[in-house]
Amino acid sequence: MSFDTQRAARLALVGLAAASLAACASRPKPQPAAPAPQPPPVQEPAPYTPPQPPPVAQGPLPGSVQDFVVNVGDRVYFDTDEYSVRADAQPVLAGQAQWLNRYSAVKVRIEGNADERGTREYNLALGARRANAVRDFLIAQGVAASRIETISFGKEKPIDAGTTEEAWAKNRNGHTAITDGAR
Amino acid sequence: MLGKNKRETPMRLKALVLMAAVLMSGPAFVTPAAAQIEVDINAGAVKPMPIAVPAFSGATRGAEIAQVITGNLERSGLFQPLNVSGVPDKLADVNIQPRFPDWQATGAQALINGQVTVGPDGGLRVDFRLWDVFSQQQLLGLQFSSTPDNWRRVAHKISDAVYERLTGEKGYFDTRVAFVAESGPKLNRVKRLAIMDQDGANPQYLTDGSYIVMTPRFSSTSQELTYMALRPTGSSIYLLNLETSRQETVGKFPGMVFAPRFSPDGGKVAFSVERAGNSDIYVMDLRSRATTRITTDPAIDTSPSFSPDGTKIAFNSDRGGQAQLYVMNTDGSGVRRISYGGGRYTTPVWSPRGDFIAFTKQTGGQFHIGVMRPDGSDERLLTTSYLDEGPTWAPNGRVLMFFREGGGGVPKLWTVDITGRILRPAAYNGSGSDPAWSPLLD
Repeated sequence: MSFDTQRAARLALVGLAAASLAACASRPKPQPAAPAPQPPPVQEPAPYTPPQPPPVAQGPLPGSVQDFVVNVGDRVYFDTDEYSVRADAQPVLAGQAQWLNRYSAVKVRIEGNADERGTREYNLALGARRANAVRDFLIAQGVAASRIETISFGKEKPIDAGTTEEAWAKNRNGHTAITDGAR
Repeated sequence: MLGKNKRETPMRLKALVLMAAVLMSGPAFVTPAAAQIEVDINAGAVKPMPIAVPAFSGATRGAEIAQVITGNLERSGLFQPLNVSGVPDKLADVNIQPRFPDWQATGAQALINGQVTVGPDGGLRVDFRLWDVFSQQQLLGLQFSSTPDNWRRVAHKISDAVYERLTGEKGYFDTRVAFVAESGPKLNRVKRLAIMDQDGANPQYLTDGSYIVMTPRFSSTSQELTYMALRPTGSSIYLLNLETSRQETVGKFPGMVFAPRFSPDGGKVAFSVERAGNSDIYVMDLRSRATTRITTDPAIDTSPSFSPDGTKIAFNSDRGGQAQLYVMNTDGSGVRRISYGGGRYTTPVWSPRGDFIAFTKQTGGQFHIGVMRPDGSDERLLTTSYLDEGPTWAPNGRVLMFFREGGGGVPKLWTVDITGRILRPAAYNGSGSDPAWSPLLD
């Protein structure tokens, strides 16, 4: 490459740079594009839909174990180290008594349970108190004592494996298990 | 139920011919000497004693016997068994004095030198001597004879002899532990009654897991257990003779029965009976089957434990508002509260020596195993975790086993000494709870 062509090329580069600088400075901001016109909606024929069958109502057979568990509730909960029936448990137990008075062939076993924040033997005693509190409530609502047995599982039968207060609260319960006579 | 599993679970102890004799014969160096070295067990062994337990010489099982002794002494936390495989002195003959400079070079303070021979009748004979390495004096020389398949018990007996000579306290290695073997997820746990040697060897299941078992307890006078079984239909308390496999219940009661424990002479069982939600303590005389109600309080009264002299019962009651420990006479008179710290106290267990009552305490969202004097003084908490429960005493009254369950819900057996310094997992890899330490075997 000769001296002249090198120089010419350098000059040309400088010129280009200057031109692009000028272009930058003067380029207008891009304007938002105008929305493209939408094509008109195409009317398509609707697919054929057969007539819907009427709905089928489903629920536990009245007087069945499922009926008791789903519609009445088979478990009530207790406060820590307590066995008095809580206010929120009373309507549940009243419902259990009503149901048991309606289905008089049913026999139940009340299982008292405790959370794991206690020792085995103490919790067996505590669970027995809870089972008995539920039993007393049902008897007071007219269920014959001969239809109710009780047992304590202490902390041996948790229903929530967690180690939080929420899990312990679930495990402190009285469970009304139907042992006989359900439909 | 038990009869069904009898074949898989041979509970009968093998007839044992386990004789110990003091090694009196031999060279003139066999002079009983006052202990030059000793371990202070009540200080909790801040620094464990270095000890050499080389493989026993002789016919058979020499290395295994030394290994079992090593494991026992190491787990006690009071001894530090050294690796002595490179020591030049090979101790070929138990009747030849060790080359003490070789052993002094290891840093060991004590040396166990043993030898196994099999007699013409096939019987196993194990001779051993315990040496003070620095004074070069013999501290112990004993000979054990038994059947060859009983070599582990020979090793445990030697461990007990060494432990007693060096600490001044009875050993606890020739013992077994009954416990509840747990398997399966937390919401569907299988619990089987099980028994094993104290060092985790020979675990056996005694029940098949089709029902829950809890709280096995050994008689302190015989190979007999009492435990509780829980089925959906009710609870039972069983008495199980481990030598004959005979099992019986304490009988039918109108409510729950639970929390059984033998009297120190083995002639009575105390337990809780629940009636209409109220739990009280009863005592049954096992010979006459007469049952006496001991407490009548409307509070929870449970976890009875006899004093070793048989005159008192420690128990757990919430009669003061929350669970605390009480002591009463065995006829129910003279009830006295002994726990006064903050928190809830349960599971009192009287030490076989009578000097402490172990317990479980809950405070600040944690569980602790602790000990206190029978009058309630000198309370010490030895452990802390999410759930520590159910202490049982080694027969020497200086070590406790209990179970610990972390948040994962897998209980494990642990041991702790009464100073609380030596805390470690028990020698059992499986999941277990409710340990019960046997008395020393015969």
